[in-house]
Amino acid sequence: MSSWIDGVMVVLILTNLALLGTSRITVCIRIIALQGVVLGTLPMLAGEEVTLRLALLTTATVLLKGVVFPWLLLRAMRKAEIQREVEPYVGYILSVMVGLLSLGGSVWLAQGLPLPGPMAGTLALPVALFMIFVGLFTICSRRKAISQILGYIVVENGMYAFGAVILDEVPTLVELGVLLDVFVAVFVMGVAIYHIRREFDHMDVDQLDTLKG
Amino acid sequence: MSPFMLGILILFISALLALALRREHEAASRVGAFGAMLGCAVATIPVLRAMAGAEIPSLILPWSMPCGSLIFRIDLLSALFLLPILLVSALGALYGLAYLRPYADRKPVGSLGRCWFWYNLLVAGMLLVCVSHNALMFLVAWELMSLASFFLVAFDDEKTEVRDSAWTYFIATHLGTAFIIALFLTMGVAAGSFDFADFHKATLGPGVMGVLFLFAVIGFGTKAGFMPFHVWLPEAHPVAPSHVSAVMSGVMIKTGIYGLLRMLMLMGHPPAWWGWTLIGIGLVSGVLGVLFALAQHDLKRLLAYHSVENIGIIAMGSGLGMLGISIGSPLLTTLGFAGALLHVINHALFKSLLFFGAGAVQHGAGTREMDHLGGLLKRLPLTGLFFLIGAVAISGLPPLNGFVSEFLIYLGAFHSGATLHGTAALSGVAVITGLALIGGLAAACFTKVFGTVFLGAPRTEHAAHAHECGILMWLPMLTLAALCAAIGLCAPLAANAMAPVVANMTGLAPEQTALAVTYAQWPLTGVVTAAVALLLALCLLALLRRRLLARRSVGATGTWDCGYARPTARMQYTSSSFAQPITDCFRMFLGTRTSLRAPGEPFPQQPGRLSTETPDIFIARFYRPLFSWITRPLSWTLNVQHGRVQLYVLYVALTLVALLIWALGWPQ
Repeated sequence: MSSWIDGVMVVLILTNLALLGTSRITVCIRIIALQGVVLGTLPMLAGEEVTLRLALLTTATVLLKGVVFPWLLLRAMRKAEIQREVEPYVGYILSVMVGLLSLGGSVWLAQGLPLPGPMAGTLALPVALFMIFVGLFTICSRRKAISQILGYIVVENGMYAFGAVILDEVPTLVELGVLLDVFVAVFVMGVAIYHIRREFDHMDVDQLDTLKG
Repeated sequence: MSPFMLGILILFISALLALALRREHEAASRVGAFGAMLGCAVATIPVLRAMAGAEIPSLILPWSMPCGSLIFRIDLLSALFLLPILLVSALGALYGLAYLRPYADRKPVGSLGRCWFWYNLLVAGMLLVCVSHNALMFLVAWELMSLASFFLVAFDDEKTEVRDSAWTYFIATHLGTAFIIALFLTMGVAAGSFDFADFHKATLGPGVMGVLFLFAVIGFGTKAGFMPFHVWLPEAHPVAPSHVSAVMSGVMIKTGIYGLLRMLMLMGHPPAWWGWTLIGIGLVSGVLGVLFALAQHDLKRLLAYHSVENIGIIAMGSGLGMLGISIGSPLLTTLGFAGALLHVINHALFKSLLFFGAGAVQHGAGTREMDHLGGLLKRLPLTGLFFLIGAVAISGLPPLNGFVSEFLIYLGAFHSGATLHGTAALSGVAVITGLALIGGLAAACFTKVFGTVFLGAPRTEHAAHAHECGILMWLPMLTLAALCAAIGLCAPLAANAMAPVVANMTGLAPEQTALAVTYAQWPLTGVVTAAVALLLALCLLALLRRRLLARRSVGATGTWDCGYARPTARMQYTSSSFAQPITDCFRMFLGTRTSLRAPGEPFPQQPGRLSTETPDIFIARFYRPLFSWITRPLSWTLNVQHGRVQLYVLYVALTLVALLIWALGWPQ
């Protein structure tokens, strides 16, 4: 089992690095979609047996993260007529370097947090930390508001990856609740982007500082 | 309890409906106002039953907070504060319906609906504050009340001065709330529960209790308007719509008194200096409040300073009561608290009456600058009559209600002066002197107001073309004026009614408090009888005058006709010239700034100019230096707040990583 999980973890690491090195927003969105689909299968792999609950959860996650979010984001892009460049503050090569560094840092940090039980040897914890760092880095280093949403989704994916592997008996209600929260957040941010674009004729977050009091 | 909660539910629903209908001015106003009145009417039923002595079962709801239970209860103290809140809020809604109508064309679409939304939330907040018996729920209700009133103060938000005043209020009220939170946390942690009923279990040293007492005085005193925490009142009350000023000044600031009394009763046996502190604050607020009122030109600003004065009177009464508890004198306790509590009701009645009157003047004449008015009694006879009743009541003259409560405090003070020994006797002397000074100055101040605004000749075109308000506006004034007179004429009954409330609040035996108020019965009956006789005599004289003048012609002629070629209405006494002898006496406290440009040569080319201004001494001498002293070292933190979202997230990320490394230790 855990080899499958580790395989998924490797895919997650690769998608994150690819995200950091990609200049096109549409490609970024597709990478996130792929990440979501892979992530959705995690509870299925981590669980001892396939129950109806797990199957439902997997379906819901894959649908939301793999289909609905990308669709919402692409739609927001189309409506707001956004340029396709990511426009980073930190260059792509340097971003990937930072990504690799934070991967090392996460592995190093994870040593201080030994996990109990059967998951002790897996990559789950370092990858979860890594995804959270990459998400935060994406939020900090990209200019467009849509990149902030992408970063937010990556952070959330990181937490999901951790939860799906470690806590195999999280109540379904909590998981669905989290999914719903993220869905609403992405939806609202998509709408907000459209309005920012309409009001200010751009959606660069760095120009929102004219609003401060 | 359930009708009460139903009333609050009606308030919430009508608030939301008014917001939803905000595109239709008229519909939103109607829904908001009638919702407020209906909600208040429904909620009055259990309050009246509680006042009549019935035991209202508490409402205890389950909630998942680890700090006690969600408990709502109406006891006599709550009921006493709830009665004026319900009455004034309902009347304010009726009044506001007509008062806000002219704004419908001037303001952007939706502002009336929003105004009613906040108004109903304010009412609901005040009601919840008075029935919450859990510190957390109390704070939630308190905050609802503060925020709703902030938005109401900022109703005319396109004007800079209105926005500034609203911010002053916002900051003041939240600084006060910070002290209340500190008080609740300390008490709650020490008692192990945040239910008020458990607070008495807190065992803290006298030093800590003393600090907590000061926190309560500052926190609740900021809302109530104790000097020197009153600075928001003269800013916020003038700029708010008049029905909101009436509700805020008449009843909302009383929630501060309610919170203070509620907390003081839970803090164990008070040392004598608590009483002294309250008396001292009361004296300062009362005397300085009325002095600053005398120096004002803006009608509503003047009324706001009078709120400070009356809160001072309430604080003096409460101080006497606390002193009575401290030295174990039931008579002093009862008379002090009975006076203070009755004054809470009385002030709610006459202050909202006066604010309604001021609103009618502003509505009719378009200005609240007293020196631009004059002669309004002829154009606004009803408003003038009701304003006069309010003015007499607030000056504490018999046979109106202001007299009754001040008399009870006087009686307590006389008792302490005559029968107590040592320093306690001094309290009586101080209170008597202070009350007498306040009463005299208040009478002078309202003579000035009534004389300048309603008597004489109109000073400007505005005043000359003023129009009387409609029935929706004078009906609330009539109700309040009638109640002022009713309490004044039934003074002995009103004093008796306070006895069970004081007993319930202080834990004295009901027989003791009932006995104590009987001391007030004979003098009150005598004064009321004499006053009624005097009134009857006045009526007879008026009838006689009418009979005598019946067959003669009565003409009007210029008042200033003694040889002046061209008399104008501006030659009349102005509000500042009327008050000048008194304000000159107290110049050292007031700091009035006068700018005078005298006309020079015998045939002056340039007209002369005189203007006086009395800014609040506490803002100018205390708060402004204090805040600039605080701001200077803190201004570098503005560099951190630069508006770049990315860097904000970076702060969060770096903090998280640092915490993670710190928590895990340095991994090997």
